[in-house]
Amino acid sequence: MVTSRAYLENGRLGQGLADVRTEVGRLMSGFIANGAQPVEPAALLPAYVLIDLYGEDLRARAYTTHDPVEGELMLRPDFTVPVVQIHMANGASAARYAYAGSVWRRQEVGSKRPTEYLQAGFEVFGGNDPAADDAEVFAVLATALGDLPVMPVTGDLGLIFAAIDALDTNERRKGALRRHVWRPQRFKRLLERYSAKAPLSREREALLQSVKDGTAREIIENSGAAQGVRTIDEIAARAEILLSEKEAASLSEAAVTLVSSVLNLKSTMGTAAQELRKVAPMLGGAADQLDARAQALSDAGIDVSVLPFEASYGRTTLEYYDGFVFGFHAPDRPDLPQIAQGGRYDALTRVLGDGKGVPAVGGIIRPEAALALKGGAS
Amino acid sequence: MSVLKLGLPSKGRLQELTIDWFAERGITIERTGSGREYAGRVVGFDDIELVLLSAGEIPKELAAGRIHLGVTGQDLVHEKIPGWQDKITELTEMGFGHADLILAVPSNWLDVESIDDFDAVAAAFRAKHGYRLRIATKYHNLVREFLRGHGVADYQLVDSQGATEGTVKNLTAEAVADITSSGDTLVANHLKILPDGLILKSQATLFRSNVADWDEGIDTFGRLFHK
Repeated sequence: MVTSRAYLENGRLGQGLADVRTEVGRLMSGFIANGAQPVEPAALLPAYVLIDLYGEDLRARAYTTHDPVEGELMLRPDFTVPVVQIHMANGASAARYAYAGSVWRRQEVGSKRPTEYLQAGFEVFGGNDPAADDAEVFAVLATALGDLPVMPVTGDLGLIFAAIDALDTNERRKGALRRHVWRPQRFKRLLERYSAKAPLSREREALLQSVKDGTAREIIENSGAAQGVRTIDEIAARAEILLSEKEAASLSEAAVTLVSSVLNLKSTMGTAAQELRKVAPMLGGAADQLDARAQALSDAGIDVSVLPFEASYGRTTLEYYDGFVFGFHAPDRPDLPQIAQGGRYDALTRVLGDGKGVPAVGGIIRPEAALALKGGAS
Repeated sequence: MSVLKLGLPSKGRLQELTIDWFAERGITIERTGSGREYAGRVVGFDDIELVLLSAGEIPKELAAGRIHLGVTGQDLVHEKIPGWQDKITELTEMGFGHADLILAVPSNWLDVESIDDFDAVAAAFRAKHGYRLRIATKYHNLVREFLRGHGVADYQLVDSQGATEGTVKNLTAEAVADITSSGDTLVANHLKILPDGLILKSQATLFRSNVADWDEGIDTFGRLFHK
């Protein structure tokens, strides 16, 4: 129907539209009252920035279009990236932002999910007390949701990174694991490979032997015409890595168990640190951060004794959250997406800021979904 | 008046083999007009309209229901029609037009013999060169789905509508994902197939449109294959 919009039957004129506008205005005012300045990023963004950040998979999730002069453009799939860019370009060190507008997402065939929907968001940049900022963003969004029948859930991707750091293995393996935190199946495969010695193919044995004999370069040169951007040096360098990989000690069973018990950790925010210390005593730093966040949330008026915590929460969404993550879903309305969600993405700001990052945490509410949950703009 | 539209490849070896395949089943397809005219008929079936199309167009026509039956490659249907199972049914594989969609890398990449290696090389390549490893292909959807399924990161797809095997030599890609039947072209261009890089096995297939209007065509369809 032409009058319908995401999650709402009527929302494009009359009372339906008025309700949507009122809701968006209410959310924006709430964010601004918390010290945020309004920001309005472009809806058409250069595709290369986003693709470079998220990878080719994004093409299956966002709309691309082409301009003869500006090249490939992408309809804003979320606000985070352009807001970070605006913040970085502005040279500001600490700031709070509020925004509202449409985002566009391609959906899988047969999906009932909307391809265009509103987001209203609140972001905190450059704070020097991460726990307090995490708690503030969570509390601001929780307040904005008011008495809607939503269930919160929290997580912390920092735990996975801490567990990887603590592994007794080489930096290269840790790097590979970090890179695949957001792709659980490959992450698991890496762990398996690092913990068991799989037999090598005859060709691989021969290559590794040639590295030992110092004849690897020669063998690579004789294996086919050299072509392409990847040089023989690069191939030879990786052959050496493969040899050291073969000789590297396997991950112990205890180490693999540690990672999976951290990933499987479920508790409340109030007891998360304590539970983490139980399963992974060496992750004291991460546990301290959990404690500080629980305290800050408590100070912000959140009852952490009933706030669910799942260490793996947020692991399969777009790859940029790297610390605290949270969401609010509507248990009675499985047809609706999460009504609100957010998290910390310090690393993303470093990537977009050419190495100069700022601490950043934020979240969004889906105003149309919130209205649908309220009973809809009818 | 026609009640059933049959889409066939408009020319070449694929058309010849298709006509042979029907002939083996007692169905005579005749080209009409001059050899270059895209027209023909199914002998004894005045109510079947033969529609000669490029094999690449046939999936779209089936999905839109503008033809009832069509012969084309599975690769083209799977690539061009996301969620094709809802709109198109595979009736029978025809035993020719075999082609595999595969992932291939330069044959001197001795350090790469699996998708695991490929993923590791993609990470190292990006770190060294500052951009994602490029895979040249025209099968964007199938390749992306395959690599996502395998959790491969740090690659990008670059479009190549022809002479894809030459892209590595031309420095416009580091790897290719393309259709091959014998692998000869790959070998000639100093490329090797990754053993676990088989993305899709494809052959010429008779497809049925689920979207087309079958009210009148269903009887003719029955007569065509069961007479």
